[in-house]
Amino acid sequence: MSTLVDTPGAPQGLRQRFGSLGFFQEAAPILRVFVRNRPAVVGAFLLFGFGICAAFAPLIAPADPLTTNLRLEAVFQPPSWDHIFGTDAQGRDVLSRTLYGARIAWQIVLAAIGVAIVLGVPLGLISGYIGGKLDELIIMRIVDALMAMPGLILILAVTGALGPSITNSMIVIGIVWSPGYARLTRGIVVTIRNDVYVDAARALGATPWRIMWRHLLPNAVAPIMVLASLSAAGIILVEAGLSFIGAGVQPPTPAWGGMVSEAYKTLIRRNGWPMIGPAAAIILMVIAFNFVGDGIRDAFDPRLRNVR
Amino acid sequence: MGSFLIRRLVQGIVTVVLASILVFFVMRLIPGDPALLLVGTDASAEDVERVREQLGLNEPLVQQYFDWLAGAVRGDFGPSFTKGAEVGNLMRVALIPSAELAVAGYVFALAFGIPLGIVAGLKPGGPGDYAATGFTMFTLGIPNFVLGIILIWVLAVLLGWLPITGRVGIDEDPGEALKFLVMPMIAVGAGTAAVLARFVRASIMETLNQDYVRTARAKGLRERSVVMRHAMRNALIPVITVAALQIGFLISGAVIVEVVFARPGFGSLLIGGVVGRDYQLIQGMLVVLVTVFVVVNTLADVAYGLADPRIRVS
Repeated sequence: MSTLVDTPGAPQGLRQRFGSLGFFQEAAPILRVFVRNRPAVVGAFLLFGFGICAAFAPLIAPADPLTTNLRLEAVFQPPSWDHIFGTDAQGRDVLSRTLYGARIAWQIVLAAIGVAIVLGVPLGLISGYIGGKLDELIIMRIVDALMAMPGLILILAVTGALGPSITNSMIVIGIVWSPGYARLTRGIVVTIRNDVYVDAARALGATPWRIMWRHLLPNAVAPIMVLASLSAAGIILVEAGLSFIGAGVQPPTPAWGGMVSEAYKTLIRRNGWPMIGPAAAIILMVIAFNFVGDGIRDAFDPRLRNVR
Repeated sequence: MGSFLIRRLVQGIVTVVLASILVFFVMRLIPGDPALLLVGTDASAEDVERVREQLGLNEPLVQQYFDWLAGAVRGDFGPSFTKGAEVGNLMRVALIPSAELAVAGYVFALAFGIPLGIVAGLKPGGPGDYAATGFTMFTLGIPNFVLGIILIWVLAVLLGWLPITGRVGIDEDPGEALKFLVMPMIAVGAGTAAVLARFVRASIMETLNQDYVRTARAKGLRERSVVMRHAMRNALIPVITVAALQIGFLISGAVIVEVVFARPGFGSLLIGGVVGRDYQLIQGMLVVLVTVFVVVNTLADVAYGLADPRIRVS
């Protein structure tokens, strides 16, 4: 049966009747393009590493990230075998804090993207499918307005005003990123909403909700994944900036931006060693997300699929 | 072109108005009584009530919004709750140092990013391309405040070449002012330079593959004139849009860089407002910044339309 269904010339109806090709068969060409992209693979390994750090921080970290040691010889130690990234102004092990910082970074990236998708995608679906005045005059104008605003400044003002905390950061970053998802989803829906299979579903009496959920949304999943991976780097940067200013994750919780800020305060009087770990972590994670994002974007681009 | 201009203008105004509504009502979600913030906690109940009355806080929210908007249009953003001055005046004072930094950072980004992209795009895979790619990769990964701190550490603390933080006005002592401006300028502009370099590179590579470039080469023009007259002029048109859109990101980025270098300006003012929960100050600044954004983006579209003959005609 599979030969008939998988033949490139097989009628579309047959394929659908006998079920889709199965997840792995569909994912294989996508994965192949991704794996050929060397930076993307390096990025994926880095992100995996950060994931391990985040998941197993209590097991890997050589010291507790919050235990201070204020004795004169314990603070501002340069890197050594005992403290690979040195110790900070309060004698805490910077390596341990950097490892725990990976938890915060991953949490914020995942939560913010989640909020952005949950808010943006349904808005885009509804706006694109229903269309008309609701779409043109209301939803898309709000989306335009949100996108025309300086994101970082908006996030800074709102989180600052609501009171800085990790939850507020996640929600507000997610809200500010959501218009991008709304616009992307709407764009896709508008191009396919009059396709034959949508008409057919409508003729069979499917409700708008069912059409949006079962027939339109699946077409948008791949581009949404691409956008999610591309937004991650920006979210890391913004979160680091927020924590640096003091409008994000609050000390003593080890967020990389906050750690850089603490280290900066003593850079001139003492030394800059406590800054190395968190700064390097931010840079590596952003570069890794950029690489992986580009890789996923290319992998989903069918034009690149048969390039050797 | 005329109707295009009008449509863009209307769109821009709608965006600003929507943004002002959004900002105003979000700021009203902040817990706490602003009147109490203004008079202090040990004031009597009558004093608080009097200030509430003065600020119009007893009016319905919609009424408050229109009063505030009417003032904002005339440049009157009301009193700051924490700084003891009018928000409008605070912004006017902060404008010059911020504009100085933004302009310097932008000039740096253009002067560095575009040539880098051109060198990389003309010889993909060459040494210039590798240098450009390395620079872009690193700069897109590094937050501007970290770059700023690294510059301070190396150039000011270790080498002692430049003053660490602060600002001297350009009008007071231009030479000294530049010394204070060099590091923040690089920190603000580097990200934009990277984006521009990457975009210019791609644009040039694409243009060099066009038929008219092949035609120009085939009719025996010197490579120099193929590149300068035929490829470059077309490759740089789309750059206008990207370059203009970057101004917004640059202004955003400058907010944090100002804090790193302890420069007075919009950034320090805004963060002061955030720390003090001074929503009158925050909402005034946000509306002004959004307006700047929208104006810049609109001008970008118009500039693109003027530069590209195909759009100019239609």
